[in-house]
Amino acid sequence: MLELLSFGDQGWGDEMLLAGLMTILVSLSSVCLGLLIGVILASFKLSKSKILKLTAEIYTTVVRGVPELLVIYLLFFGGSSAVMYFAKIFGYDGYIELNAFTIGTFAVGAISGAYSTEVIRGAILAVPKGQFEAGETLGMSKFQMNLQVIFPQVARLALPGIGNVWQITLKDTSLISVTALVEIMRQAKVAAASEHEPFVFYTTAILLYLLITTGSNKFFNKAEKKFSKGFVVEESA
Amino acid sequence: MDFELMYESFFKLIKGIPLTLEVVIISTILGFFLAILVALMRISKKGYLSKTAYYFVYAVRGTPLLLQIFFIYYGLAQFSFVQESFLWIVLKDPFWCAIIALTLNTCAYSSEIIRGGIQSVSKGYLEAGSALGMGRILSFRIIMLPLAIRQALPAYGNELILMVKASSLVSTVTLMEITGIARKIISQTFAPIEIFLVAGSIYLLINFLITRGIKVAENKLSPDLA
Repeated sequence: MLELLSFGDQGWGDEMLLAGLMTILVSLSSVCLGLLIGVILASFKLSKSKILKLTAEIYTTVVRGVPELLVIYLLFFGGSSAVMYFAKIFGYDGYIELNAFTIGTFAVGAISGAYSTEVIRGAILAVPKGQFEAGETLGMSKFQMNLQVIFPQVARLALPGIGNVWQITLKDTSLISVTALVEIMRQAKVAAASEHEPFVFYTTAILLYLLITTGSNKFFNKAEKKFSKGFVVEESA
Repeated sequence: MDFELMYESFFKLIKGIPLTLEVVIISTILGFFLAILVALMRISKKGYLSKTAYYFVYAVRGTPLLLQIFFIYYGLAQFSFVQESFLWIVLKDPFWCAIIALTLNTCAYSSEIIRGGIQSVSKGYLEAGSALGMGRILSFRIIMLPLAIRQALPAYGNELILMVKASSLVSTVTLMEITGIARKIISQTFAPIEIFLVAGSIYLLINFLITRGIKVAENKLSPDLA
């Protein structure tokens, strides 16, 4: 049974590992896109403009209230035509087809973004008001203050939440196996079908996911410890 | 925007609601009782019980639900001894495989929620119970559990919404619930936006009703706070 997982032409070991890397890659790019969306929408939610607030509120409510699979179908079937529609506005008439990686990143990133929004919003609200006032008193510009005073604190406060978002996003990437991107889930399906050994390959896939989860848990624990070091000293001093 | 198509597909999509609700309700109820068991194992002083519960929760939370469904439906069916055993009656049916996967999933997540609830109940209540001569099971049932449930209710409401969303994955093992039907209509009409809007609204409505229901239950269970 185990020779099925050997490396080289005979086994699926190298293919499964590569698929694991693809899962990590697509999760990373989705989380990055999600954080970008999160920062923008969190600032919308905290802004004074009612329209911006409402936009962000609708986005997070819809994306968090609708199954992930449905969002992925929307972008998988509608993504290319949406891009072509916008390209037409800019005068490009040709046929554009997005590759599976791009669609996957956009779909999972859009979902990840809704969760990141709440995490980042919470983190911004948790920064004490005095910090903003101190920045102002020092005559900092708004940009300078956000970059040097607020951002480092938000990053620390948001870290545990981002760890959770990472975990959710990592698992959501399994759903883009429907777009034919060869990540763990897809590779396991293909291998299981061609060798008629679903048990072996799905078990391998489970172990790969657990490996990635355990690794990233360790990473986030370390990062949290590292970033809260100064905080603890500051509190007790 | 093709409103006629949206109108037509609405009547096709609502036919998926009963299956969605059936899957959610059955696995939530089964998962809830299992979750109490797992939560009690997790806080038990016996190391092997606590460890087992910990690893179970870790494994379920660390792997995608889609993979769990495929593992149970396709993976276990590979073995002839499974096919010959009495388990085959359950495992050959995609419906029950989906129920098993969703039950294990909600069990793992809710056990952590319930554990948090149980640990939030202050010791004094239980001491008061034993002072009144209550046994452990009795005081668990009429003191601990109601207080723990009240504490855990908001988080459990989130879990219910996650369950409604998770139920969409059963469409990958041929069950035609809302998302399954949506996918079928999309591939026939190539109108992803219209179908997404209709199917998405149905899910939002279900989740809205759940949120309201939980709010009502919260107010009922804590009249002092309402």
